[in-house]
Amino acid sequence: MTTEELKNVVVAKSVDARGTACPGPLLEAKKAIGTIKAGDIMEILSADEGTKSDIPKWCGKQGHEYLGAVDENGYFKVYMKKK
Amino acid sequence: MQQEPESLIIKLQEQIDTLQAKVSTLENSRKDQLSIAIVSGDLDKIMAAMIISLAAATMDTKVKLFFSFWALSALRSKNIRGKGKNFISRMFGIMLPRGKNRLKLSTMNMAGAGPLMIKHLMKKQGVLCIDQMFKDAGELGIEIVVCEMSMNLMGFKKEEMMDYPHLSYAGAVTFVCDANESSMQLFI
Repeated sequence: MTTEELKNVVVAKSVDARGTACPGPLLEAKKAIGTIKAGDIMEILSADEGTKSDIPKWCGKQGHEYLGAVDENGYFKVYMKKK
Repeated sequence: MQQEPESLIIKLQEQIDTLQAKVSTLENSRKDQLSIAIVSGDLDKIMAAMIISLAAATMDTKVKLFFSFWALSALRSKNIRGKGKNFISRMFGIMLPRGKNRLKLSTMNMAGAGPLMIKHLMKKQGVLCIDQMFKDAGELGIEIVVCEMSMNLMGFKKEEMMDYPHLSYAGAVTFVCDANESSMQLFI
C-alpha cells in the first residue's frame, strides 16, 4: 500500500509502543492482536528502528498481512491486517 | 522398447516415495522450538538470552531454557536463605549474586558501577528491565529447566529459587532431548 493509502486506512486498534525498545513493541503487538477480529487492521507506533523489520517477519510467520510503514516525526507507524 | 519408459516411471515413483518418507521424518523431528543452554551468570548474557527468548516466544515458537552452572545465580530469590548447607555451600551462597538484580557485567563491571549505568541506560531507552523480562517470559509460557546437578554442586536449595510459573528441575539428558527436537539450539 502507498503512504497515502496507509494514512487514510481505518484501524481497529492502535498500539502505542513508543516507550519501549526491542522486543517491547513486538510483545505489545502480540498482546493486542488477540483483541481484534480477523481482517481488522492494527497500527503499531514505535520509535525503535528494529520494529520496522521485525513486524513484517512476525506477520510473515503468523500469516498476517503486512501493509507497510509510515514515518512520522521521530517515530513511525506500522500497519498490519490480522489473518 | 515400449516397456522402458514404464519401468522408468516406476523407478522414479519409488525414489519419490523414499524422498517423501525422508522429508516427513525430518519435518516431524524438528519442531518450531528454541532450546538455549544458559551457563553464564553475567547480566549482559542473561539479558541476551531473555531477549532472544521473548522474541521467539512472541513468534509462537516454543522456548525451553536450560539454566546451568553460573546462570543459576540469576534464578535465586534475593531474600530466601537455603537451610542445611555445609561450609562450602554457604561460601558459594555468599560469594555468588543473590538473584537477577545483583548480576555482574562480563565486561565493564567496574565494581558494580557498570550494571547500575546499564540499568539506567536501559530505563532511559525503554528496554524492558530484567524483572519484567522474566514476568513476560512466564506469561508467554517460556519454560525454565534448572540443572539439578549444578544446583547440588553449588549447594543451592530449591526453596532459594525464584517464583516462576514454568520452572522444573532436570538433568543434561533433558536438554539434549529438547535440543534434538528443536529447530534452533543456542549456548550462552
